[in-house]
Amino acid sequence: MNRALRLIRRRLIGSIAVLLIVITGTFLLLEAAPGDAVDAYVVSVGGDASMIEELRRRWGLDQSAATRFAVYISSLARLDLGHSVAFSRPNLDVILERLPDTLLLMGSATALSFCLGTFLGIVAGSRPGSFRDRFLSIGSLALYAVPGFWLGLVLIVIFSVQLRWLQLGGIETIASGKTGAPRALDIARHLVLPVASLGFIYLALYLRMMRVGMAEVWRMDFVLAARARGIGRRRIVLRHVARNALLPLVTMLGLQSAAMLGGSVVIESVFSVPGLGRLAQEAVAARDTPLLLGIILVSAVLVIAVNLAVDLLYAGLDPRVGSSGEAA
Amino acid sequence: MTTRLSIGNLGVRYRRDGQGVEALKHVDLDMEAGKCLAVIGESGSGKSTLALAIAGLLPAGTKFDGSIAWPGLGHAPLNGRDIGFVFQDPSASLNPVLPVGEQVAEVARTHLALTWREAFGLATDLLGRVRLPDPEAVARAYPHQLSGGQKQRVAIAAAIAARPSLLIADEATSALDTIVQAEIVALIGRLVTEDSMSLLFISHDIALAAQLADRIAVFRHGRLLEIGETGELLRSPAHSYTRSLIEASFGPAAEERG
Amino acid sequence: MIALRRFLRTPEAVAGALILAALLAMALSAPWFFPRDPQSIAGPALLRPFQDWTLPLGTDRLGRDVMAGLFHGARASLAVGLAAAAGAILIGAVVGTLAGFAGGLLDEILMRITDAFQTVPGFLLALAFVSVAGPSLATVIVAITLGAWTGPARIARAEVLSIRERDYVAGARVIGMHPLEIAFREILPNALPPVLALSSVIVAAAILTEAALSFLGLGDPNRVTWGGMIAEGRAVLRSAPYLSIIPGVALVLTVLGVYLAGEGLVETSATRRMNA
Repeated sequence: MNRALRLIRRRLIGSIAVLLIVITGTFLLLEAAPGDAVDAYVVSVGGDASMIEELRRRWGLDQSAATRFAVYISSLARLDLGHSVAFSRPNLDVILERLPDTLLLMGSATALSFCLGTFLGIVAGSRPGSFRDRFLSIGSLALYAVPGFWLGLVLIVIFSVQLRWLQLGGIETIASGKTGAPRALDIARHLVLPVASLGFIYLALYLRMMRVGMAEVWRMDFVLAARARGIGRRRIVLRHVARNALLPLVTMLGLQSAAMLGGSVVIESVFSVPGLGRLAQEAVAARDTPLLLGIILVSAVLVIAVNLAVDLLYAGLDPRVGSSGEAA
Repeated sequence: MTTRLSIGNLGVRYRRDGQGVEALKHVDLDMEAGKCLAVIGESGSGKSTLALAIAGLLPAGTKFDGSIAWPGLGHAPLNGRDIGFVFQDPSASLNPVLPVGEQVAEVARTHLALTWREAFGLATDLLGRVRLPDPEAVARAYPHQLSGGQKQRVAIAAAIAARPSLLIADEATSALDTIVQAEIVALIGRLVTEDSMSLLFISHDIALAAQLADRIAVFRHGRLLEIGETGELLRSPAHSYTRSLIEASFGPAAEERG
Repeated sequence: MIALRRFLRTPEAVAGALILAALLAMALSAPWFFPRDPQSIAGPALLRPFQDWTLPLGTDRLGRDVMAGLFHGARASLAVGLAAAAGAILIGAVVGTLAGFAGGLLDEILMRITDAFQTVPGFLLALAFVSVAGPSLATVIVAITLGAWTGPARIARAEVLSIRERDYVAGARVIGMHPLEIAFREILPNALPPVLALSSVIVAAAILTEAALSFLGLGDPNRVTWGGMIAEGRAVLRSAPYLSIIPGVALVLTVLGVYLAGEGLVETSATRRMNA
């Protein structure tokens, strides 16, 4: 436990530096965008010229860039992400309202791609060079070349237009009045295609990593030693080879969280899932830059949180992390 | 005296970078039950290939002729069950992410039809037998938490877990420093006697091997150069190469050790 | 020549090379085969493929030639993919070399910036950049580059760290070469091969990101892109799915071609190094 605490503390310090850089970046983009927060506020709430002057002074927008940056940081510290023009509400409220759907989509897609990808990677990597290894390897490469949004459209054509198995749009049937298990089932039915579109691409990534990793572990001496001890093939594959090959995949899980968040923007647009990604697209369409940058900040925090969780998971899986002479 | 293992006209060819490499040529060798045979040679002499060939661990695509017979065994030898194998590098021969107790227990569980609970109990006993202090704690430790000598003791415990009749120690001490080396050799010698195992002790160090071996076989360039009773071979080697090995090993190095 | 023969030995690499050659031919010949503006009306709307041989792949909702769009779209995909990948590798190599060679505070700062860029979802960053700077081919290229340079930077840095202590670098120090000259003339060229091995992945990712941006309507509005064609076909997905499927297939084949050729290239250089 001590090991985990030390790890968290070290990662948190690094994360704060990273977050400050991200904030600086969003500030620069905000400065580059036409119009400022007061323009946005006045457009959504209304007000005359004297009020605009007053607001500019009160929010420090008539000050130098350095002061404006300080004001920006201090309002962020109070969890104030500004005001959305498009929704006439605080940005943070709009974002938090949309976050759960995205988390559900990302979580399910991550679970699907990681579990199935790892499993197929073990199937391929348990006999390197065999037919099923080559088949899965080429197949995953082809899958990896497919854009998620296009896969989504193809799945719609097949399952919704041709076979009429699944209805489309949104994350649940609107005003269905369902609660509890029926509602969960309804949401699951709506999520099948978006999760498949988002997850299958990364499935290919995990499959390939697992396969390559297992091929490397097979060549290691401790596998030969396990064979010399007469350990059964099944146990060697799972407990010795796959167990070690899994470690880099867990790291990848953290690295891919940012990419998956980006990917869900397009997938949510294809399937009209009212999540963070769809909100980002709406912000772009409405030229609501502060909202878009708020989404980026929240995404960055989310990615940092996911990576922290992944680091802890990794520490649980690799006993060498955090001990003296650490290689991580 | 019963014969444990009989090797006849053994030849092994690897394919490396598209070329065939002859690792062993026309090797004839017998091992007696309960005795220790030391195989001495420099790297590239084929001595490790011999160990891997006996354990059936040669890499795929290796060409192999001649015979390895196990008189009196009645079935093909099973790794772990009939042959225990200790490798050179203890750091590389243990899985870094599994507790060492599990790595000893899995051998017992595989070959002795034990439950996991029984296998872990046996593993703890074995860790005590190889003289590791506080076996319960060691069983829960991971390889990186142990020293090189401790890891090699764990590897030995795993090798003898299913009470094999033959123990192969392939340069099992050469990655360790001199003091630990002597301890491990003594440990192997004691275990072999206690369990009346046959021992194939592979080493480049003829002086070290002489502490254990009943007979010594000298290999060079994939061929068996000569074989004889330990005392006789040391006193009157037939080959000048063997003599130079003895001089190199017992000469200045022996003084240093003494 | 020997390298080429070795490259063509694996069937995957041959397939990849053929696809890329076909794509290049399409991109280069587009103005020649289809001199008309691909966004102009060429025939009746929603003509199905293989009905009219002057319009072999049919037409879209507005009667635009799908085949012409495919050829002209290849230009955008290829231009954006190659330019963004080149930019990403260049920036990544320079940042990675500086960080790895300088060490200390500069290394720390540069790597934290790299972390920050990896923390922000690249696609959201591209979205924000294009929405602030306005959609054009150039902004799309810059937007994609912004999210793609971190991988090459990390690899270049790791490579530089291992090269930094080698003899010829020490030699350059002894003869009094300027540190920057050492970094970019002695170290960078040697750190580049592993970075370039990544280039196929970067090109493929850039092509996919461009397609996704165009799909969301953030591509250059004056150009035909495959992503834009897919988005255009989406409105009639139920009645004319081919309009979305055809450009998507072109996209998949292109990315697959890049991957396959890239893997072939990596394997070729690997065997060459082994034989050397």
